[in-house]
Amino acid sequence: MAKRIDVKDVNIYYGKFRAVDDVTLHVPPKQVTAFIGPSGCGKSTMLRTLNRMHEVVPGARVEGQVLLDGENIYASSVDPVQVRRTVGMVFQSPNPFPTMSIRDNVVAGLKLAGTRNKKQLDEIAEQALRGANLWNEVKDRLSKPGGGLSGGQQQRLCIARAIAVQPDVLLMDEPCSALDPISTLAIEDLISELKKDYTIVIVTHNMQQAARVSDETGFFNVPGVGEPGRLVEFNDTEKIFSNPDEQATEDYISGRFG
Amino acid sequence: MTDENEVMTNTSADSRKGQGGDPGAEPPASSWLGQGEAAKHRRADALFRWLATGSGIAVVSAVSLIGVFLLVQAWPSLQANNANFLFSSEFDTRDAENLRFGIRDLLVVTVMSSAFALVIAMPLALGIALFLTQYAPPAVRRPFGYIIDTLAAVPSIVYGLWGIFVLGPFLVPVALWMNRNLGWIPIFATGNVSIKGGGTIFTAGIVLAVMILPIITSVTREVFRQTPVKHIEGALALGATRWEMIRTTVLPFGRSGYIAGSMLGLGRALGETVAVLVVLRIASSPATFSIFDGGYTFASLIASAAHEFVHPLPTGAYIAAGLVLFILTFVVNAIARTIANGKMQRL
Ligand SMILES: Nc1ncnc2c1ncn2[C@@H]1O[C@H](COP(=O)(O)OP(=O)(O)OP(=O)(O)O)[C@@H](O)[C@H]1O
Ligand SMILES: [Mg+2]
Repeated sequence: MAKRIDVKDVNIYYGKFRAVDDVTLHVPPKQVTAFIGPSGCGKSTMLRTLNRMHEVVPGARVEGQVLLDGENIYASSVDPVQVRRTVGMVFQSPNPFPTMSIRDNVVAGLKLAGTRNKKQLDEIAEQALRGANLWNEVKDRLSKPGGGLSGGQQQRLCIARAIAVQPDVLLMDEPCSALDPISTLAIEDLISELKKDYTIVIVTHNMQQAARVSDETGFFNVPGVGEPGRLVEFNDTEKIFSNPDEQATEDYISGRFG
Repeated sequence: MTDENEVMTNTSADSRKGQGGDPGAEPPASSWLGQGEAAKHRRADALFRWLATGSGIAVVSAVSLIGVFLLVQAWPSLQANNANFLFSSEFDTRDAENLRFGIRDLLVVTVMSSAFALVIAMPLALGIALFLTQYAPPAVRRPFGYIIDTLAAVPSIVYGLWGIFVLGPFLVPVALWMNRNLGWIPIFATGNVSIKGGGTIFTAGIVLAVMILPIITSVTREVFRQTPVKHIEGALALGATRWEMIRTTVLPFGRSGYIAGSMLGLGRALGETVAVLVVLRIASSPATFSIFDGGYTFASLIASAAHEFVHPLPTGAYIAAGLVLFILTFVVNAIARTIANGKMQRL
């Protein structure tokens, strides 16, 4: 299941603007990899490149290779829809489908993939909701619209929706920025749980969170306005937070940044 | 409704500006700057509220006055009518001493031609709006959208002439084929005018469809364009194909706007005058509920008789017909509004 990701010489553009410059990194399977760095350094852009969501933005394109277990997801024969079924994603702001019920939200991906068996869908929905630590709160109103939940609940619903399709890789872009500390801890526990089966890449602004949940950390930085973001350092999380190779990393982590 | 919303949005925007004027300032109570600003904004608010409320009242009274005018003018003729106003197919006002008029056929022809137009225009508009917002490359989007919008600028009389001289004859084989093969269904049965002449509800409905296409398309296009990006991305990230994404996000999101736009188009079709007048042949027998009927709609009948508006009693008969059209469009608008509002509250 869980796959490794190799990013090779990747440049990422929005039209003419190069947002991320020449990144090469290696995301190991069944581990949590965190991307950290100041706002605008290209973390989200990098993340969205890993499941071909970047190209959804008009004019956006990617140069270089992203290998999923050795297979280039940017090869011309690869269907981006297939990539996104394999590499799931949770967004920064919760985005459940507002007109769908909670249950239908969770199984939306499965339905797209062709699962029709109602009983099976119900089972997976429960499993995914339990996995996302939301089951107890919504089990009595599964047929109510997903838009009627609180922000934190909505985000957990989106996590449930992403894990319901059992992807090989799970990408999370600041998944906890809308959550209270208890839900955040629950999600972090969930991430530690999920990494037994999945490869996880998470973007976070929360240093403690990166230190708590991740095994590997990539620090991105942007030299100035209008310049592309760069991967400054990619290392074991322990090393990044105790004894990083780069001075810039040290400065950012200790809050002496900018 | 639009007016109220604008007032509310502006009020809240202004008060926000007033409160957050200076982030570094002391609490607003002791801030002389904040107080002066707030007073200014309050005055602007009040002025705006007056303007908006005033225009709202003006519009409502204008509409009510039109209704009252129609009723007052129509009343004596309705009293003098010797036929059943609702169920008679006659419309004979030549003898002011013996008025015989009913709206049955007018209602049938009006509703059938407009409904037929809607049946054709709605799916077309949906397809075009989806194409323009979801599929067309930017280079195509602009010119194509422009052409559709231009359709709205063509004068009705041009549509009418095109309908009777070009489209009607062109569609005769199609009409004959439908009549021959589907004639056992009442709406495709032989009607009260010649199919070969082309002056049928069938032709008029298609002309109307082309005329209302731009309205429905532009409203639908606008709501589709406003589908929140985060929902589109949510669907795509789950592995939805483009069409699946449209089905799960764009269509549910734009549904109410699409329906409201269609109702706007329907309102336009119900009231269309010249094009219908030119296309439809005069029928000598009552309407048969077939799309191969001819006759008059409310609007085309009234327009055709405009030169007779001399004596008050015969004129009142036409005004009574106009009143029914007025009510009909109101009902359509009310339905559209209910659908649009109901949907918005659910979101
Ligand atoms: N849709 C877009 N079109 C054009 N430029 C964009 C777009 N999205 C992001 N950018 C630019 O790309 C750069 C990287 O943005 P990105 O969103 O990846 O930053 P980030 O590291 O995720 O920041 P944050 O921590 O604030 O989320 C920024 O300079 C940003 O302005
Ligand atoms: Mg970001």
